[in-house]
Amino acid sequence: MSKVLMKGNEAVGAAAIKAGCKYFFGYPITPQNEIPEYMSKKLPEVGGEFVQAESEVAAINMVYGAAGCGARVMTSSSSPGMALKQEGISYLVGAELPAVLVNMMRGGPGLGGIQPAQSDYFMSVKGGGNGDYFMPVYAPASIQETVDLIQEAFDVADQYRTPVMVIADGMIGQMMEPVEFKDVTHRKLEEKTWATDGTKEERKPNVINSLFLDAQDLEDHILKLEEKYNLMAENECRWEEYKLEGAEIVIAAYGTTARIVKNAIDILEKDGIKVGLIRPITLWPFPDKAFDHIDSTTKTVLTVEMSRGQMIEDVRLALNGKLPTAFYGRTGGVIPTPAGVVEAVKKLVGGAK
Amino acid sequence: MAVVFKETKGLTDAKTHYCPGCTHGIVHRLVGEVLEELGVLGEAIGVAPVGCSVLAYKYFNCDVHQAAHGRAPAVATGIRRVHPDKVVFTYQGDGDLASIGAAEIVHAAARGEKFTTIFINNAIYGMTGGQMAPTTLVGQKATTAPLGRDPKKVGMPMRVSEMLATLDGAKFVERCTVHNPAGVRKTKTAIKKAFEMQMRGEGFGIVEILSTCPTNWGMTPVDSLKWLEENMIPYYPLGNIRTPEGGDK
Ligand SMILES: Cc1ncc(C[n+]2csc(CCOP(=O)(O)OP(=O)(O)O)c2C)c(N)n1
Ligand code: SF4
Repeated sequence: MSKVLMKGNEAVGAAAIKAGCKYFFGYPITPQNEIPEYMSKKLPEVGGEFVQAESEVAAINMVYGAAGCGARVMTSSSSPGMALKQEGISYLVGAELPAVLVNMMRGGPGLGGIQPAQSDYFMSVKGGGNGDYFMPVYAPASIQETVDLIQEAFDVADQYRTPVMVIADGMIGQMMEPVEFKDVTHRKLEEKTWATDGTKEERKPNVINSLFLDAQDLEDHILKLEEKYNLMAENECRWEEYKLEGAEIVIAAYGTTARIVKNAIDILEKDGIKVGLIRPITLWPFPDKAFDHIDSTTKTVLTVEMSRGQMIEDVRLALNGKLPTAFYGRTGGVIPTPAGVVEAVKKLVGGAK
Repeated sequence: MAVVFKETKGLTDAKTHYCPGCTHGIVHRLVGEVLEELGVLGEAIGVAPVGCSVLAYKYFNCDVHQAAHGRAPAVATGIRRVHPDKVVFTYQGDGDLASIGAAEIVHAAARGEKFTTIFINNAIYGMTGGQMAPTTLVGQKATTAPLGRDPKKVGMPMRVSEMLATLDGAKFVERCTVHNPAGVRKTKTAIKKAFEMQMRGEGFGIVEILSTCPTNWGMTPVDSLKWLEENMIPYYPLGNIRTPEGGDK
């Protein structure tokens, strides 16, 4: 299949439709508006439906309704909007409903700004809604990867009966790159016999529910969900390794920040400083195993983020005290530059060699 | 012998948890009967709220989604888009619909979403122990209005049906009561009309039902029915506010 030049946000919509997404519910917020705009135009062409909800709270609950009916459904937003969706996300996990959620992150807290940021890491991977829960969170670093992961996300959601989040930043949403829409290899998925489509008076009612008033019932449910998390942690971790062999410093970075870091690593290599990269593609489940691949030459793991340091906590947990960590980050929409990363690394190794 | 009264297929065998004298149970039965009589139980998808009727998903004998507090109309919107040919309804209390979910019901009505809302107005938050609702009457005591509702501080009680009837998408709006047998019969007729109207694809329909909460009103069930008649009906006038056949009234 040939490549087409597409804006990131539109590619998100195109990938979703290719994956069989028929319903989209959303509310405008910069920098992801091209996603609902694209869906409003294209979904009717494939027999689907778009609704511009009155709020993010309503949008995610529309997703809940459609997902409970067994449909492939998506919503997208950006940071303050995603914060409002947390209520519904907790309910989706609780009721075990598959859906795909896209967050094109911008800076915060509060209204923050509209420039790219990675400051919703905690909110996404640590359960921004109430209760004990996790869901898969993918962090693509290019438009091509965004497209591939969105398509995969629908399958993962159905396979495990869970919402799946894809977080990118405004940069991925707004830039243009050539992309290829490959045919996704569908996973083996079970029929959604739990979905509501009317009993026809032939079966017992299906109930979509997250309420368990009996304490023991609730614990049983939470433990059942936990089995699923363990299965996902076992099977769905993804990451990329770059020049780890013989590295003195290993950088951990995700999304567009990792692309910038790669440039910095190439510059440092010319200066004779060996630096490697671990790029988590799934932020949850966090690819702990990747950190076992670090060479004995490595002295420090430097985390680079477009935030004041959120993923670094998971990096520390993965390292479990084996190596010291350091942090370099820019925030509020200020994007780290290769030069900034180079300087941070040079400081760590005690100046230029 | 001719059977004059029997169980409805519209409800499951589960015992309801409602307090003695609570009118939630009556309304459940009416909704169940209507779904059965219209022959749509197998096509129905309900949405249960948060409030005393949070367990409605155990009582209605059809597919049901349990929704977050106030979000039932948004959930029903999602269901509706996937199933344009099914019969979709929400069942909501006044805290759920008029307070936390005010935006969701207003916009579902404004969009003319083709589902039916059964709205239980008992002028109080039942489940959480009798706090003030947007529908609590002036002077009515609630745990968070210990001296009675003071309109100078918290405004006047909300007339939800009248408000929704201003929206073009709300095609059927009627306020009923279940405090006496005649009221129960009228309520059933209204619920039936609202569902029939939905099945004809005409738009959003809501039946507001004045109900009692003996437990949190601190009254006997009989006194509660009397209190409803004497205090609620004068402020919340009964009758059809909007109907597609009759046009706007
Ligand atoms: C987000 C959220 N806020 C608050 C609650 C607590 N809560 C449960 S029921 C309820 C009030 C319900 O009152 P109403 O809708 O009038 O129904 P009733 O119990 O009177 O039938 C509240 C506030 C909740 N479950 N979720
Ligand atoms: S608390 Fe009130 S509304 Fe709730 S079941 Fe009891 S009487 Fe009914």
